[in-house]
Amino acid sequence: MKNVFKTYPNGVGAIYDLDLNIEKGDFVFIIGGSGSGKSTLIKMLYREEKPSRGEIIVGGVNVAKLRNSKVYKLRRKLGVVFQDYKLLPKLTVYENVAFALEVTGADNKTIRKRVVSVLDKVGLKDKIKEYPDKLSGGEQQRVAIARAIVNNPKILICDEPTGNLDPKISMEIMEILESVNKDGTTILMVTHDINIVEKFKKRVIALKDGRLVKNYERGYFKREDL
Amino acid sequence: MKTCRTFFRCLRDAFKSVFRNFSLSLASVSCITITLIIIAAALLLSENVQNFTKEIERDVTIVAFLKSDVSDLDRENFESVVKTNSNIDTYTYKSKADVKKDMQKENDTFSSVLAEWDDANNPLKDTYTIKVRDVKKIGKTAKELEAVDCVSTVQYGEGLVEKLVGVFDAIKKITYAIALSLIVVTVFLIINTIKLTIFSRKREIGIMRLVGASNLRIKIPFIIEGIFLGMIGSIIPILIVVFGYKSLYDYFGGILFSPVIKLVSPMPFVVNVSLIILIIGMVVGMIGSGRAVRRYVRV
Repeated sequence: MKNVFKTYPNGVGAIYDLDLNIEKGDFVFIIGGSGSGKSTLIKMLYREEKPSRGEIIVGGVNVAKLRNSKVYKLRRKLGVVFQDYKLLPKLTVYENVAFALEVTGADNKTIRKRVVSVLDKVGLKDKIKEYPDKLSGGEQQRVAIARAIVNNPKILICDEPTGNLDPKISMEIMEILESVNKDGTTILMVTHDINIVEKFKKRVIALKDGRLVKNYERGYFKREDL
Repeated sequence: MKTCRTFFRCLRDAFKSVFRNFSLSLASVSCITITLIIIAAALLLSENVQNFTKEIERDVTIVAFLKSDVSDLDRENFESVVKTNSNIDTYTYKSKADVKKDMQKENDTFSSVLAEWDDANNPLKDTYTIKVRDVKKIGKTAKELEAVDCVSTVQYGEGLVEKLVGVFDAIKKITYAIALSLIVVTVFLIINTIKLTIFSRKREIGIMRLVGASNLRIKIPFIIEGIFLGMIGSIIPILIVVFGYKSLYDYFGGILFSPVIKLVSPMPFVVNVSLIILIIGMVVGMIGSGRAVRRYVRV
């Protein structure tokens, strides 16, 4: 990520001159107060927003130059997890996870094997036929993670994945994310939760008013950065 | 292989979506049903009006009276003129002896009077009854026939025919305009209803994009869903057309009020109307959903 600027059409600047390099296999927390630009930053990573200037390279793809009709190619290389889960309400747990693979045109046998294996990994093997609204928040988030990792993405982007969950469930989610990271997936996670950042001792990036203010190596940060 | 697989998944997703979003589907289907019934009624009505005016126009004839002293050669000459005239559909020839017989049938007094004429002093004339293809040009055709040497007079109900044709023309245009505007209005209505039901699934489309579905992969199931909804919506209108029109036809015995107004016979007619209804339903469903999704796959 080089010299990235982002200004929204209404004239509000969100990101100013951001330089950032994240290595393969990293686990990075992105912290910062409201309006610090962290959401904009990760939205640009999965090309929900386009940078106004500068270049963003994700897994070899220049996101800034990606055409709208080709966005899906980038998204197949990424996994995204959100605070509000973003599951398809009319599909069962299995169908939700399978959908991410079906759209790539994989064959049914591969899909079944892969979906069952990721649902097993997040501990939801016995809820395969449920609809999302029958599940608890923690379970829904695990489905979302399963869907995000089902096509073996290089990078997993999480926008406050524990934002709606109580501390105990948050820890369970974090453990799943950590194990995903151990399998070699780069993880970028936006969070407000100080306890999580302190406990897991990862690289921390702090944003303030759209600028990169701190870049700590290992889990160390000051409370005022939030 | 891959494309084929993807297509079947789109098809499956479309059907799943119709049933799992049941209330929305029902809303679209009932809107389509009601509007298609209106369109069907308009189509039936306008087609019957067309048919009725055409029937009457077909009854309009030109009668050409030949001079009393024509030879067979003259007659052949006249027939060749008739045959080459592009506006003349059919003609029938009646010799003066035939005309006499016809007149004798009408009335006993007539019959006894006419019986005194033999072929040589029969004052009646050989006649040709001619049907034309285009009633609007009947005046011109009549003049052309009158110009032939052996013809004494030509009659075709001058003035009356022209008025009739004018009125029918207006009626045809009005019914066409009504049917067409009904179709346009209902098409917009259906497109809007389907659009609304898809707008409520904006979030779903966003999620599909997030997990890496290409725009086409998102659009196709929605479009198939629209076509399917259109097909379901046209079932009841088609049943109404097929059974309703047939029973109406049987009830009136194929005529309306007087034997002059003949209804279009139901057999190939209802099938054609049903096909039109089905196609309108499918196309409109497709356009409605296609346009609604297109809006949301652009970011």
